[in-house]
Amino acid sequence: MMGTLQNSTIAGPPAANPGAAAPGRVEPKLKISRLNFFYGAYQALHGVELEIAANRITALIGPSGCGKSTFLRVLNRMHETVRGARVAGEVLLDNEDALAMDVSRLRRRVGMVFQKPNPFPKSIFDNVAYGLRVNGTRNSARLKEAVEHSLKRAALWEEVKDKLHKSAYDLSGGQQQRLCIARGLAVDPEVLLLDEPSSALDPIATAKIEELVFHLKDNCTIVIVTHNMQQAARIADETGFFLLGKLIEFDKTETIFKNPAKKETEDYITGRFG
Amino acid sequence: MTQHRWRNFINALMFGVTAACALATVLVLFWILGFLLWNGGKSLNLAFFTQLPKPPGETGGGMANAIVGSVQIVLIASIIGIPIGFLGGIYLAEFGRGAFPFLVRYTADLLNGVPSIVMGLFAYAIVVRPMHQFSALAGGVALSVILIPTTIRTTEQFLRAVPQTLREGALALGANKWKTIATVVVPAAVRGVATGMILGIARIAGESAPLLFTSFGNDYWSRSLGQPTSALPLMIYKYAISPYADWHRQAWAAGLVLLVLMLLLNISARLVLSPGAPRN
Repeated sequence: MMGTLQNSTIAGPPAANPGAAAPGRVEPKLKISRLNFFYGAYQALHGVELEIAANRITALIGPSGCGKSTFLRVLNRMHETVRGARVAGEVLLDNEDALAMDVSRLRRRVGMVFQKPNPFPKSIFDNVAYGLRVNGTRNSARLKEAVEHSLKRAALWEEVKDKLHKSAYDLSGGQQQRLCIARGLAVDPEVLLLDEPSSALDPIATAKIEELVFHLKDNCTIVIVTHNMQQAARIADETGFFLLGKLIEFDKTETIFKNPAKKETEDYITGRFG
Repeated sequence: MTQHRWRNFINALMFGVTAACALATVLVLFWILGFLLWNGGKSLNLAFFTQLPKPPGETGGGMANAIVGSVQIVLIASIIGIPIGFLGGIYLAEFGRGAFPFLVRYTADLLNGVPSIVMGLFAYAIVVRPMHQFSALAGGVALSVILIPTTIRTTEQFLRAVPQTLREGALALGANKWKTIATVVVPAAVRGVATGMILGIARIAGESAPLLFTSFGNDYWSRSLGQPTSALPLMIYKYAISPYADWHRQAWAAGLVLLVLMLLLNISARLVLSPGAPRN
């Protein structure tokens, strides 16, 4: 029955619903409505409604298999690489229909960092320059500048500035993950999605990632999926709790952790399951 | 106690049997190598590389035309077979879902098992008959039909071994599928893919049966790719079944040259594709 709810036809142009832009109200960077997601016949997300504010860090928490990673991958349509995956509902990026726009354009605006560091088998420089080159930048001075800038934003520049043309595989796991963040930042995305970016890293590398992510929000909207509740509590402005494919609760991080409205959230936060 | 000793005995026995079989494999290989070196090395001289074959009865002469002919035929086969096999392999690994790719895969495996002389018959029918002429071209076509299925399957396998996370990394930066394949997936797999191609080329370079009625052989230089052309495996076949001792020695020498050519090809390719180096 959800099959008839095709996403692309639902989204109206921004001007079509002026009521949403009420005076004094900040437009969300991402607005997700009635989002249902299917892997074949299995429904992984049920009617998710969520508004993600610009220049904030939004954390998504929940037990394994709750749909938080699936949800994240819908935001830049990485789910389309999975056969049989189907989405219904609406995702608006700055009031534009993200599910209908050109997918390459969407992914340039909404970048992603994955669970395990996945540098390309290329040099450090070529890794960071990859996104720019793919998008047509050939000017070597501009590439150099962008690579340096991105590596600095990812707090990796000092460690690699003398070996930019060495293989990215020579770096440690934590450095590789920061390289992947730099690679994502090089195309200057408006939103950066992080899918458990530090779950494969040691505590020191994790702390570095958290610190740099915290500073990124000045220029970027961050959505981070994490298994680590302390991590969410440390860095996120808002936190959403997923359970069995449903967004149970979404609020300020402090509220979620100190005074959750739902019993399920409280049970999960206090470690009664999950 | 006796049971314990029995187990130890079985353990030692099985170790011995497996090790002996492994040793036998290596021994056979070195036996062949030694034979080639011993028999072929004796009759190798400069004339072998520079002169044409002498008529039966006369001693001396060489296989210059067969060496050049082999290179020509294998080049033609590679020019036809490598691009088709490589691009087909990309299709199977990156786009291949459903009934058609299954058919391609199945056909490739089937082709792999077809006796090589049948490929010669095929090339005879589609090239030699219409051209009314044996030729290097026909030999190249016959060998390319052998090269395509091995190339397509090895390319597919090595591309599939590239972690999905690399593809996702490129897609997430706004690269489209083809860009991802060309700039990330293929470079990540290039060592394996190239090694597979070289093994395929080495295999066809040693084929004689598909050339018997395609390139046919020639005692003189061929003036074009449209003429009957000599090749080392053909010369080995022809000389080895002849009644002349001198020809037998030259057949050994030809075998040695063929082996060294393949080894050179293999080693140079491995050097070029040295591991660990970042590829730009």
